[in-house]
Amino acid sequence: MRRGAAALWGTLGVLAVILLWEAYKFLGPAEGVVVGADGSTGSGVMILPRTNDRAMPHVWDMVARLFQSTSGGDTPPLIVPVVTAALTTLGIAAVGWLIGVLVGTLFGLMMQRWKLVEWGILPWIVVSQTVPLIAFAPVVNSLGLQIDRGGFPWPQWLSVAVISSYLAFFPVAVGVLRGLDAPDRIHEDLMRTYAAGYWQTLLHLRLPAAVPHLLPALRLAAANAVVGAVVAEVSIGMRGGIGRMLIQLAGQASSDPAAPWGPTFGTIALGLVAAGSVALLGLALKNYRRGEATA
Amino acid sequence: MSPATTTSAAAVRATGVGKVFPTKAGEVVALTGVELEVRAGEFVSLIGPSGCGKSTLLRLIADLDPASSGELSIFGKPAAQARVDQDYGIAFQQAGLLPWRTVASNIGLPLELHKVGRAERTARVAELAELVGLTEFVDRYPDQLSGGMQQRVAIARALASRPKLLLMDEPFGALDEMTREYLQSELTRIAAETEAAVVFVTHSIPEAVFLSDRVVVMSPRPGRITDVITTDFGHDRDDALRESPEYFERVTAVREALHGVKVERANER
Repeated sequence: MRRGAAALWGTLGVLAVILLWEAYKFLGPAEGVVVGADGSTGSGVMILPRTNDRAMPHVWDMVARLFQSTSGGDTPPLIVPVVTAALTTLGIAAVGWLIGVLVGTLFGLMMQRWKLVEWGILPWIVVSQTVPLIAFAPVVNSLGLQIDRGGFPWPQWLSVAVISSYLAFFPVAVGVLRGLDAPDRIHEDLMRTYAAGYWQTLLHLRLPAAVPHLLPALRLAAANAVVGAVVAEVSIGMRGGIGRMLIQLAGQASSDPAAPWGPTFGTIALGLVAAGSVALLGLALKNYRRGEATA
Repeated sequence: MSPATTTSAAAVRATGVGKVFPTKAGEVVALTGVELEVRAGEFVSLIGPSGCGKSTLLRLIADLDPASSGELSIFGKPAAQARVDQDYGIAFQQAGLLPWRTVASNIGLPLELHKVGRAERTARVAELAELVGLTEFVDRYPDQLSGGMQQRVAIARALASRPKLLLMDEPFGALDEMTREYLQSELTRIAAETEAAVVFVTHSIPEAVFLSDRVVVMSPRPGRITDVITTDFGHDRDDALRESPEYFERVTAVREALHGVKVERANER
């Protein structure tokens, strides 16, 4: 029954967003509300957005646009390139997620093993997330180009994956660190009485005990990897992915206002699929989450 | 684990053992001048108010903490060596089972860590499950068991590598009285069957008297041994013992030793 209730609340949430959008579109002024305008075009500060069809297309128009031809003529309906681009980005984000999980796990393991490493690295890991992706993406891209020119093939999507892993590794590093420190004192004592070494304790105690901390971290990493991949595509101008498509259609929004919402929905679906895949991972590991229900 | 060492050497021998914990407010003496010998196969309880160092002493024997002074030998070897050699099994107040492992897999954990082959492990686990009466529950997970059953799994796990010494830190402390008495009887049977020496920490006087060959009475500030009371009940301990005059006599003796004075009895007033 709880599953049914969850689905109901989820649907209600989506309906609420649609309702809010349409209600404001219906009630709000067509040209928005601007304060401090002196009469010249573009002056003043807009405090409420415009509600005309160009700024805020109807939700049903956005959905209908998905099934209309992409750019007139014989081109396939918009949903086809949206899905293709979304899958491309999903693949890149998955690679980014994998790199991020690998690097994050490595950092987490080292920080848990040696306190000194935690003190030395953890602040830098936190600081690393304050570097704007937009500033950092071109650096990775040009490095990739140099490696490619040096004879080692480095496709552009790999740069995007690396950039997205930069966002993905952070929750994993922190989650692994917290998770590996999660076992009870009694369990650590027990492993000591068995004269178990570091690796045995890691394998039989720390990693299994870390699973409840790890799953939310992996889910965050999946969402971050998608955001990272979309932003990276845009900032280094990679073709074929959903980020690029979003920017392209947004540029044509004045003549085709419903079109950019196609890739927007695609991005949302992408995030849901990514987070959902990790939830499946959680199902597979459900025996390792047994403590959670009772505690 | 050669027979020579287990028969000739005492299970535990402590000579002038002390433990000091450094704290911000200065050093805290948790234990001082502990002299104790536990013979092979003997059941010894450590009893005393909290802070008397009984759990600390157990942790020293288990080499979970190092002793600050004195000498401690387990079957004639240093505590650290005995731990590496798996000469003892241990059980704590909480069962401490790994929640993601089944009962069988929890019991077999020490064997798995010490690379015991699968076939031998399965046989040993079945034997242990039988010993603690959990044969039908081997495929359950710890969260599907009652507290008493979890504690029985912990005892089976402690016995997995056939240790000749069992260390128990208030293993029945969190259980209800009924389960507690039942597990006490079970433990005397198991200790007799396995011929293991037991060092048993408790704060329950009846429990200590019922189980032990000797009750070691401890007192706090600083933690030390103040008295040792021998029970002489032999190996056969059943519920009849709990009703016998000898039993009450020993209970009184331990209580008096704990309080440091003769306790005035209602019928002697």
